[in-house]
This record gives sequence, C-alpha cells and structure tokens, in this order.
Amino acid sequence: MNTANILVGIAFSGAAYAMVLYMTSVGLSVTMGLLGVANLAHGAFAMAGGYFLVTFMDRLAVPFGLAVVLACVAVGGLSLVLERWVYARVYKATELDQVVLSMGLIFVGTAIAQFVFGAQPVRVVIPDAIGGQLAAGGGFTFPVYRIFLIVTGLAIFAGLWVTIEKTLIGARIRSAVDNRAMAEALGLNSKQLFAAVFALGSVLAALGGAVGADVMAIEPEYALKHLVYFLIVVAVGGLGSVKGPFLAALLLGLGDATCKILAPEFGGIFIYIALFLILLVKPNGLFGRA
Amino acid sequence: MMTHSDVINSVPQTATPGTPAAVHQLLSARRFRPAETLPWVLAMAAYFVLPQYFQLGAQILIMVLFALSFDLLLGYGGIVTLGHAAYFGAGAYTAGLLAKYGWGEPLSALLVSGLVAGILGTLAGAVILRTRGLALLMLGMAVSLLLLELANNLTDITGGADGLQGMNLSPLLGQFDFDMFGKTAYVYSLAVLFVAWLLLRHLVNSPFGRSLVGIRQNPARMQALGVSVWARRLTAFAISSALAGIAGALSAQTSQFVSLSVFGLELSGMVIVMLVMGGTGRLYGAFVGATVYMVAQDMLSKDQPTTWLFWIGLLLILLVLFNRGGLLGLCDAARRRIVNKEAP
Repeated sequence: MNTANILVGIAFSGAAYAMVLYMTSVGLSVTMGLLGVANLAHGAFAMAGGYFLVTFMDRLAVPFGLAVVLACVAVGGLSLVLERWVYARVYKATELDQVVLSMGLIFVGTAIAQFVFGAQPVRVVIPDAIGGQLAAGGGFTFPVYRIFLIVTGLAIFAGLWVTIEKTLIGARIRSAVDNRAMAEALGLNSKQLFAAVFALGSVLAALGGAVGADVMAIEPEYALKHLVYFLIVVAVGGLGSVKGPFLAALLLGLGDATCKILAPEFGGIFIYIALFLILLVKPNGLFGRA
Repeated sequence: MMTHSDVINSVPQTATPGTPAAVHQLLSARRFRPAETLPWVLAMAAYFVLPQYFQLGAQILIMVLFALSFDLLLGYGGIVTLGHAAYFGAGAYTAGLLAKYGWGEPLSALLVSGLVAGILGTLAGAVILRTRGLALLMLGMAVSLLLLELANNLTDITGGADGLQGMNLSPLLGQFDFDMFGKTAYVYSLAVLFVAWLLLRHLVNSPFGRSLVGIRQNPARMQALGVSVWARRLTAFAISSALAGIAGALSAQTSQFVSLSVFGLELSGMVIVMLVMGGTGRLYGAFVGATVYMVAQDMLSKDQPTTWLFWIGLLLILLVLFNRGGLLGLCDAARRRIVNKEAP
C-alpha cells in the first residue's frame, strides 16, 4: 500500500465513522444545550433504532429503507413518552440527579436489549443497492455503504443547519437556548418545543444507530460502550450547536481512524490527551458560546 | 449594631434550654450517637456469624471506603465527576507494583498508595476544578481513561489487559498472613475503614467540612465571605483521591490482583450508583448503598445478570424521580411520619 492509499483509506473510513457519530450525538448536544439535561442515556435511543430496524427487517420482512423510517418513528414515539413521564421531571434537577437517572435508563435499556435479543451483536443485512465496492480511477475502490453513510450524514447536517438557521422553528429553538425566560415571556410554548426537540434528537440518534449498524455494531452494551465518544463530540463541539458537533465528530472520526491505522499500539491516548487540552483551553467546547 | 451574642440569641430556642438551636445542632453533630455504632457492631457480628463470606465482606468494606471517599467530594463538596475510578485505580496499581517489585510490607505500601493517589488527585484537581458542568464531568472521565490507556499500553510493567499478577505480600504487622479464606483481608479492611471513617467524620464536622457544604450551596456567597473556594475544593479533591487510592490499594492487596477495570467508566459509575442509592452527604449512605449493592449483586448477578441490571436501573430511576435522599432518605421520611403521628 502506498501513502496515498493509506491517507485516502483513513479519510474515508474516518469520515464514515464521523457521520455515524454525528447523527447519534447531535441530538444530545441540542437537548443538553436547550433543556440542560445531561442525558447520558442518549445512546440508548440509537441502540433502540438499530434493534427496531433488525426487528422490522428480520421478523416482519420489511425492506431496509422502510424499516429505517419505521425504526425512527418508533423511537420518536418512545422518546416522547419518556420525555413526558421521566425527563420532564428532571429539567430543573441537579446534574447528579440527571446523571443517575440516565445511568438507570442505560441499565434498564441494556437489560431489556439483552433479554430480548441476547448478548451478542445483532447483524443488520445491508441491501445490495448500498453494498459492494465502487471502483474509481487510479486503482482506488470505495465501499458504497461508507459513501452512503457520508452522504446521509452530510444531508442531515445540511437539513439541520437550514432548519435551525433559516426557519421559524429554528429561530424559536435558538431563542430558547439563548434566553429561555425571555423566550417564554414572549409567548413561546417551551413545553411543546422541548418535547419536539427531544423527539427530534432521539429520531436522529435512531437514524444514526440504524444506518450505522455496520460501523457501530448493535449490542446491549452500545449505550455505555460508545458513551465516551458521544460525550466527546458534544463537549468538544459545544452545547446547543449544530455545526460544532459536526466538526467535532469529523475531528474525532478522522483522529480515531488515524490512530487506529498509524499507531494502533497507542490506542486512544492521543484522543484523550487532545480532549483534555481542548476542554482546558475552551471549557465550552471548540465552537460553543461562552 | 448587633453583637455576636445578639445574633446567637435571636435564633429561636427550641432545643436544650440555654443552647440556641443552630449552635446546638452544630455541636451535637460531632457527638457520637448510639446508632453510629451499628455498622461496626454488624461488621463484627458478621465476622463471627458469616465466616464463609470473608471474601465478599472484604470487598464490601473496600467499596464502602471508596464510596465514603466519593461522598466527601460529591455529597459535601457538590463536585460531580465521572472519573473517581482514576484514583482508586492509581492506588491499586501502586500497591500492586510495590508488592510485585519487592515492597511486600502491606501497611506502608497502603500509605504510599494513598499518597500517590492523593498527589495525582491534587495535580488533576488543580487542572479540572477550573471547569464546571459538562467540562468537569468530561475532564474527570478523561483522566481515568488516559490512565486506562497507559496501563493497557505499558504491558511490560502493568501486565496490560491480562492484569497485574505475581504480587508478593509479607504478613500484616509481621504476624497475619493473607489467607485464602480472606479472614485477614476482612479484619484489615475493617480496621482501615474504621480509621478512615473517624477521619472523615471529624473532617465533615470541622469548619472545613461546613465550609465545603457552604460552597456547595452557594459558592459566590462563600467567596464573598472570604473563603478561598478553589483551595477548599482542591483540598477536598486531594483528600478524597487519597482515600480512594487507599481503597484501591486495599483491593489490590486483599485480592492480590489488579485488572484494567479499576480505571473503567463502570467503576466510576458504580460508586455514584452506590452512593446515591444509600444517600449522599451523610457518610452512612456509603455504608448502606455499597452493602446493599454488593450483596444484591452477589445474590442476583450469578444466575441472572440481566435481571440484576434491570432492577438496579429501575431502582435508580425511581430514586431520582420520587426520593432524592436515597435509601437512608426513605428511612428518614418513614421515621418523620411515625413521629408526627405520635405527637400531633
């Protein structure tokens, strides 16, 4: 393998991984910024998305595309119920309560997943349309599935960015992030908005979990196993932002791929050192507002 | 202008005649109550009644110590981090390495391990306590994960993923060998826990402990009163880390094995779970929480690990939603209801 090949490989697999990370974490960034809930169990929604996808595909023989949509809808509904009955009660609670609550949710989610689907990762069959390799000039080949992930991630990013920056709903969300009391005083129905934002974040997580199932395997330990990376994306990207987590996920995905290919013996050391330094210099994240 | 005695006398006098309530409350907190002997009586009774459970007993006592160290940080200092395992692990690896490379004397090694963890905690605390909220949570976690990666990579010294083995401990006080039934381990852990408890009990009732609580409730006000908030928090962090390190060292010495999981996110989470289950900011929450957690885990997780995880998760959710004081908080609430009924 020559240098160009290695670099392209790193960039490609890193970017695909980054997009999955982005989809699964961006909702967490928005809910944390807007609702102030340290929801460590956010990954459980991504896991649920993956499991719903498998259930729909294997047990009900639903085709991949429709199954992804159904999985997102199912997780969205589930998250609305949880928001109303569980999370809404801790919006004003201390950080500790939120951390403990979400840890309890992780445990329950893990137990349920293990009980229903077993301890082993479940396999998601990727349809032929997005499987296989794409041969490009110069001897490069790209797995189509990874291209699909990158395109999906970019589309989500663009869609979110337009929604948040250009639409009325986005303006409402931004106003609530900046100054909730003032936004409410001006007649914003924050309860509805919070529920909608929470559901949106969960749906995105479910989408990331479902389409990214081949990159991040769907298993009962999912929420806890990837928690560190979700939190890194959010903390480095900055709370309540759409652009921040995108860039943070790219950094993390590319950094992770580089470390794994060039210096596997050092594992995550570089990433944790980088995280440490970034948060020390900018406690609100690289792109967070002070 | 009001004099000092005016202020004291203006407090409504409901307690002992002649002693204003607030002062009375502060003074009486230091006095030993009969109920406080309960954990120790039970621990000694367990020594005679349940000799087959020495191993588990020692593990419980060690987790109680770890949770106790975390209570100083979380319950009194109000500092929420997700990386207290870093200091437990630092103590465990220090004790393990000392015993492996010739320093077999357990007590001095225990102190050295506490010191190493304390120094690490001081250094890390000096850096991470500058932040708040999510950044603090993350930086605490980054410290433990960094140590995890280090221990994983320095295979020649730490044994890497296989864990640290081949420790050689000399008998405790030159007399008591670490037996396979864990009898020495149990008594040793109990004695260390007792000393640590005396120390912490004194600490949280001292002006230092009261000022920590003040900082937790209102940092700005304490700063305005002339308290060096940052220095107090750092001191609490250092003491808490040292005690966590001693707990880790105890765990290494009594089990003669250290695995990478001592730095893991799971252990950091577990200590929060134990403490919250028992009740934070009251010292005895650590005793109740760690014991209930460890016993339940031992009983349930052998046959059905899934069921165990489900119930512990559900309990955590219910505790947060309906009762913020943990199991001891539940006891308090029950006692208050009974007292209120008797004296309407």
